[in-house]
Amino acid sequence: MTTLLKVRGLEASYGDLTVLRRLDFDLLEGGATTLLGANGAGKTTTLRALTGMTRRSGEIVFDGTSITRMSTEQIVRLKVAHVPEGRGTLTAFSVEENLKLGAITRPSGREIAADMERVYGHFPVLKARRRQQAGTLSGGEQQMLAIGRALMLRPRLMLLDEPSFGLAPAIVAGLLEMLDRVRREDGVSLLIVEQNVELALGIADHACVLETGRIVKAGTSEAIRADADVRRAYLGY
Amino acid sequence: MSRAALFIGLGLVAVAVALPSLAGPFLVFQLTQVLVYAIAILGLNMLTGISGQFSLGHGAFFAIGAYAAAIAIDTCGLGYGWALPLAGIVCFVAGLLFGLPALRLEGIYLALATFVLAVAAPQIFKLSLLEGWTGGVQGVFIAKPEAPFGLPLSGDQWLYFLVLTVGLVLYWTARNLVRSRSGRALLAIRENPVAARAMGIDLSLYKALAFAVSALYTGVAGVLSALTVQFVAPDSFTFVLSIALLVGVVVGGVGWLPGALVGGAFIVFVPNVAEDVSKGLSGAVYGIMLILLIYLMPTGVGGLVGRIAARTSRSRT
Amino acid sequence: MELFLQQALSGVATGGIYALMALALVMIFQAIRHLNFAQGEMAMFSTFIAWQLLAWGLPYWLAFVLAVALSFLGGALIGRLVFLPIRNAPVLSHIAVFVALLLIFNSLAGFIWDFSIKPFPSPFGTAPLFGGLIGAHQAGMLLVILVVVAFLFWFLRFTRIGLALRAAAANPESARLVGIKVDRMMALGWGMASAIGAVAGIMIAPVVFLEPNMMLSILLYGFAGAVLGGLSSPGGAVLGGFIVGVAENLAGTYVPVVGHELKLPIALFLIVAVLVVRPEGLFGRGTVERV
Repeated sequence: MTTLLKVRGLEASYGDLTVLRRLDFDLLEGGATTLLGANGAGKTTTLRALTGMTRRSGEIVFDGTSITRMSTEQIVRLKVAHVPEGRGTLTAFSVEENLKLGAITRPSGREIAADMERVYGHFPVLKARRRQQAGTLSGGEQQMLAIGRALMLRPRLMLLDEPSFGLAPAIVAGLLEMLDRVRREDGVSLLIVEQNVELALGIADHACVLETGRIVKAGTSEAIRADADVRRAYLGY
Repeated sequence: MSRAALFIGLGLVAVAVALPSLAGPFLVFQLTQVLVYAIAILGLNMLTGISGQFSLGHGAFFAIGAYAAAIAIDTCGLGYGWALPLAGIVCFVAGLLFGLPALRLEGIYLALATFVLAVAAPQIFKLSLLEGWTGGVQGVFIAKPEAPFGLPLSGDQWLYFLVLTVGLVLYWTARNLVRSRSGRALLAIRENPVAARAMGIDLSLYKALAFAVSALYTGVAGVLSALTVQFVAPDSFTFVLSIALLVGVVVGGVGWLPGALVGGAFIVFVPNVAEDVSKGLSGAVYGIMLILLIYLMPTGVGGLVGRIAARTSRSRT
Repeated sequence: MELFLQQALSGVATGGIYALMALALVMIFQAIRHLNFAQGEMAMFSTFIAWQLLAWGLPYWLAFVLAVALSFLGGALIGRLVFLPIRNAPVLSHIAVFVALLLIFNSLAGFIWDFSIKPFPSPFGTAPLFGGLIGAHQAGMLLVILVVVAFLFWFLRFTRIGLALRAAAANPESARLVGIKVDRMMALGWGMASAIGAVAGIMIAPVVFLEPNMMLSILLYGFAGAVLGGLSSPGGAVLGGFIVGVAENLAGTYVPVVGHELKLPIALFLIVAVLVVRPEGLFGRGTVERV
């Protein structure tokens, strides 16, 4: 399996505050990696740094192309979708327009309409509300919309920042199952930031644990789940 | 306030007091104008910087102050000492009356509402109906105030010190207002209106009061302007004045009160500089200078000072 | 009653002028979420360019197309060079820059073409139509308005690039996350607004005559009309412009004593009154934000 994303020495800062210190990790094509860690560890910042939303330095290579100097929109056009913290919903636009925007960089055609139907298939509630203003949707619905929008890009890599946030447990289970299916059937690689460790380890095959901007542990999900420190710190036993 | 700022402030005041004895009468007149506009800009800055609201219409309050002075002195025969508080009260009330309904609007819509004020003011003062009071299109002349108690000052110098004193008092009051509970309430409203309301702050009352106080300041500046120029006419108070005041706020730095002085200096002196550079293209030169200034200091002189202060405090720790 | 109709119709005629200006303002608002105070002066400058091309002997419609095209390019350039670098500055700094642009264009126009009043030709002629109800030029103007509104409506609501432009203005960060080149959209918006402004100026000049200060009051009225109509709707802006024209004329005729001298403030006051009752404008879509 080829390496889709290679990160070496990634540093990121907000003004004078350095938040990420020399991160190294790889993501294989078709793989799913989860970033774990407490609040403030730098998980969200990592995703933002990868898509050019913060000042960063180091080396980020996506599918053989160096993206360290690229702007956000250039990176997205390489088929990297980022579902951000806060969901990034365009609140004044309808659900349907939000989804159309997800595919705005693709050539127009029947494929886009077909993809929209597939998204509605994953999330029937979005179809019911498709003409509604996105700002009136509940938090969980907006989360679904954000993920749907990302899928409309037909991404090769999807970055998700706390996809389970605000969703009822029953829906979360379905969501993760959907993400897993998307990975297996459409070959979308996943990088997921999650607070819910049990959930994250269920879907990912690799995990990295961040602490104050550094990766302190990395390995397969089984290894991380079995790790005593991780168990004590994040799983409570 | 830091010791450095205190020393700078006192130094500036000392220079200001010494200036009239060193400068010729025209320069004294111009400096007086700088101070007058600084007071007006101070008023507008309190509104935009602290409570985060817009006004494209403060020229109207400037005009109301000026006309209040003209009417009080010329028609009613009152001394100019009375005109100041009188105009202040009139402008405060006018600001309140305007503020209460208009401040339900936000952003662009509030801008339009204040714009209406700016446009309406000169038209109202031109009305033939009110000519007996306002002198219509021709305006009103006021006698030049003389130094009281036989002080050895020329009229220009006396006016300078009068405006300077009023300016310092108003500045000191403004600083205290900003730091008071009301000031903090306004900052809260600016930062997050929903949270402010949830904390029990009565939004419309505070916003209207902020508007009224700001109108008061600008109105007082209008009185002082009337005394300085000794002539009040509608065409002195067109919408161009409102824009100039706004430019003064931006140049000085929104929210940074001392910036009002920088703003005042900008709008008094830079047009002259522009005309010296090119008589035919003076407007274009002024515009280019303004754009360059915004590029170099997008948050005005106040923003620059803030950045320098932050950097020096960090290097000290 | 006849006076009322006459004044109302006359108001519709002037309203057409305001409607055209309002369209340009709605376009720039859709692009940058601001009203550019210099839009009127830029339109005036475009009209002078058209006048110059005509003075050099070009046929009318060639001069028209060329002037509009140059305005599009010039507007996009100004958006890119002047506005983009300060895009993250506070709103008031933007306003100061718009003011500066206003002064620059006004001064440049006066310098290059002087301040004398020049006549400007109309492609529709001046003959009265329909038994004196409306002039040929007014009719032509209404046609042009219709075409521009239809185009804008189609562009903003039904094309992908229109959607991208609206998204880029509404939420630049989210727009970037779907791959939209936000800076390019902004320049496009500026270009389109300037092009519409050029059309407005060229249509207006035959009525009010060409001189550097011709657009100053029209900008005000256009501003009022656009805000009244709701800044998200080109059709609303046009209707707003017409309402302003009619209101202004009726105020001048019917408000006792002061009506004529206070036409403008009264019309504007009425608009503000409407806004206090309906803050998003007559046809604006209010946005619901969940806290």
